[in-house]
Amino acid sequence: MMTMPEDHLFDALPVVDEDANRRLHAWLVAAAARDGLLDVAYRTLETPVGTLLLAATEQGLVRVAYDREDHDAVLTTLAAAVSPRILAAPARLDPVVRQLAEYFDGGRRVFEVPLDFRLSKGFRRAVLSHLPDIAYGRTESYAQVAAAAGSPKAVRAVGTACATNPLPVVVPCHRVVRSDGSFGGYVGGEDAKRTLLTLEAA
Amino acid sequence: MRPFEQIVTEYGPVVLRVCRAVLGPVDAEDAWSETFLSALKAYPELPDGANVEAWLVRIAHRKAIDVIRASARRAVPVEDLPETPSTSRPPDAWDGDLWDALARLPDKQRAAVAYHYLAGLPYKEIADIIGGQTDAARRAAADGVKTLRATYRHPAEVEGATP
Repeated sequence: MMTMPEDHLFDALPVVDEDANRRLHAWLVAAAARDGLLDVAYRTLETPVGTLLLAATEQGLVRVAYDREDHDAVLTTLAAAVSPRILAAPARLDPVVRQLAEYFDGGRRVFEVPLDFRLSKGFRRAVLSHLPDIAYGRTESYAQVAAAAGSPKAVRAVGTACATNPLPVVVPCHRVVRSDGSFGGYVGGEDAKRTLLTLEAA
Repeated sequence: MRPFEQIVTEYGPVVLRVCRAVLGPVDAEDAWSETFLSALKAYPELPDGANVEAWLVRIAHRKAIDVIRASARRAVPVEDLPETPSTSRPPDAWDGDLWDALARLPDKQRAAVAYHYLAGLPYKEIADIIGGQTDAARRAAADGVKTLRATYRHPAEVEGATP
């Protein structure tokens, strides 16, 4: 931005008009949704496991990200992998927000929102699609999940699939633990995994 | 490519300021809205490394022309005097005096002034957007600012708060 002596001429024009920007942003989001241009809508949500980023395409929930994954980096990745037509647009996330609130209150055991699995492919996707079969409050070992996904020897690959789960919490990779019963790693960190498993054990 | 939300956050305010200077308080928000909706649509095809601000101002310029044409069609022909913007200004208008002065400038001067002094675009870029040679764009901006200085008194000066 240039700073010229003439700038004072335009002092009466606000450099930033917060009210107008908010109003225009809301209009843009609504028009984009109407015209089919809102390829990715996102918002954040405060939860007992920290601030979650929630992102959805027109097909369904496409990404849930923990704070430690760096939300800006996640959005940049979505821009490349899905579409750069990304807006902060909370309305599309209303159903999952409601269900997450119920889940963290202990009142919901199964998520019923459309999921968009386009960010995971092949074996990883096969693993993720098995995870909702692990019931609320139960756990399976990496080896059991490998067997269920049709490749009993692919224990390490199951670990990778869980570590790269684009939809943690909703697709319950936190229910996959080590054979000795210890938690094992988690995309949201061990504390988050403990919080979720403790919640589900109550 | 950056998420479009970042483009709105970073450039939304300056594009609104440009639209307000070019179109006045009544039509600016329509032009801003149409600009960003068009930009969102075309965004995936924007080449890497493109000057995003210049691209947005270029779109805003086309939308401003559309808005001016549309209001010209709506306007009732007047024989002697053009309608003064002050008669139709909404209560939340940003500044009547500045817009009154801007509105009296020829369209090209007003655009050149806004794109240079508010958006910070170089004259070559401005000439590309409004048409004509770089020198003509520079002259349009200089003439526009000169006229503004003569016709618009900054509120602080009016109150005698600055020397």
